[in-house]
Amino acid sequence: MGEAMSVSPMASRDARSASQGEPGRREPSGSDLPFFAATAGIGGSYVLFILALIAADLCFTSPGHFADALRKPEIRYAVRLTLISCSISAILSIWVATPLGYLLSRFRFRGRWLVDTIIDIPIVLPPLVIGLSLLILFHLPIGGSNLEESLQTWLGLRVTYAEPAVVLAQFAVACAFSVQTMRVTFDQIDARAEQVALTLGCPRGQAFLRVTLPQAWRGIIVATTIAWARSLGEFGPILVFAGATRMRTEVLSTTVFLELSVGQLESAVAVSLLMVIAAIGVLGVVRLVGFKVTR
Amino acid sequence: MIELRNVTIQSGGFRLRDVHVVIPTGTYSVLMGGTGQGKTTILEAICGLRKVAKGEVFLQGADVTRWKPARRGVGYVPQDLALFPSMTVREHFEFALRLRRVSRVERARRVAELADVLGVERLLERSIRGLSGGESQRVALGRALSFSPRVLLLDEPLNALDESTRDRLCDLLERIQRSEELTVLHVTHSRDEARRLAGRLLVIEGHQVRERPIASLGESTDRQSAKERA
Repeated sequence: MGEAMSVSPMASRDARSASQGEPGRREPSGSDLPFFAATAGIGGSYVLFILALIAADLCFTSPGHFADALRKPEIRYAVRLTLISCSISAILSIWVATPLGYLLSRFRFRGRWLVDTIIDIPIVLPPLVIGLSLLILFHLPIGGSNLEESLQTWLGLRVTYAEPAVVLAQFAVACAFSVQTMRVTFDQIDARAEQVALTLGCPRGQAFLRVTLPQAWRGIIVATTIAWARSLGEFGPILVFAGATRMRTEVLSTTVFLELSVGQLESAVAVSLLMVIAAIGVLGVVRLVGFKVTR
Repeated sequence: MIELRNVTIQSGGFRLRDVHVVIPTGTYSVLMGGTGQGKTTILEAICGLRKVAKGEVFLQGADVTRWKPARRGVGYVPQDLALFPSMTVREHFEFALRLRRVSRVERARRVAELADVLGVERLLERSIRGLSGGESQRVALGRALSFSPRVLLLDEPLNALDESTRDRLCDLLERIQRSEELTVLHVTHSRDEARRLAGRLLVIEGHQVRERPIASLGESTDRQSAKERA
């Protein structure tokens, strides 16, 4: 208080001038509250919307519906096939995405932009188109035969409308997401350490395996998890390329469709919630493990 | 010996033309020059990380221009050190020895020797995370020396260190160079470092590398020079 009293008239005028500006000029002022209210309001409404979707499903179903749904042999088969096909698809995706992501991240080669664009195609294409393209690829006549027939003749493997088609349809899209994740992972790993490894006596392959790959483990887990989650949600390509045959090519996404089509809404919602729980679990893993990938 | 014969290096808009340098065996040479003039590029060309557009690179009398970095056997400490985040200090020292299939007993002997010389015995089992600047420099130096190279390239190895750590590392570098009879090429901005360590002084001027007498460094310290520039 004593200090405030001792301020000279000149100092006091300077202070007023600093806070209010020159006479006739208005300095920017005002609260940030409207800005935060608007951004939080707009953003928050979407979060609420998602929560409302899940809440509606939860309100619609009951533990009894869950138990009934899980007792059905078709749904148990679909759960098993979903777990197996998603896992195979995720492993295949990371197997391809690791070298491809590395090449795209580290090397500037001719046609790199083209490879980059091609990899993005499965992400932007409508899912049904991917399914249709798979169907055509396997049945396109080549020299009096087609890929499907050749695989059956040489390997005894039936793909279309069978379990391999489920995996392939899932892999076609999931792998593209894995490649992008692995590419970002390698972008964030300093290439310098790899170069030093070369001077220490490593061939390129060993420098990659011994120095770079151990640093990429978080990215690998995230890319695998993302591929698994994408595979879980895949529906369009599976419907077209693998069909929706009960006890054969039925995965959880097709279960929802099949249960809906026969009017079993409770079952469809129960299965949907199963998928929501799996998706939340996957997202949890990505958040926990993958958080540092982006750091 | 390190020899660059009429080497031209092109990288984007940057170019070093017809560089001719001979660094005799067992000498400690310091390379100076302004930022962006190509000091690091020259080191990379010698250890094989950068292709030369023209000319030849010789190491110990052998033309290594087309050799891969792994075959050149050059110890290299880059400016950012580039330690391996997933390895312990011991694993850094063992890295090049394992690649050369050195026996476990011999590896242990060499690691103990390096740890003793560099004063990092108590750090051997530690990850590189959390090491101080001086400790990290010692680990990078140990990794580069582990396989007993005849040529050692140092890219501003003492940057960002406090004065006392820098002094201790200068002593260490001198000692190691003498005991291992290394041919060292040390890139630096620091006149103090150059005056302290250089047996020969090389300076990049106008896309060329020229030898200058060490006396040309003058008596002023880095701090005085900075003040004069200011």
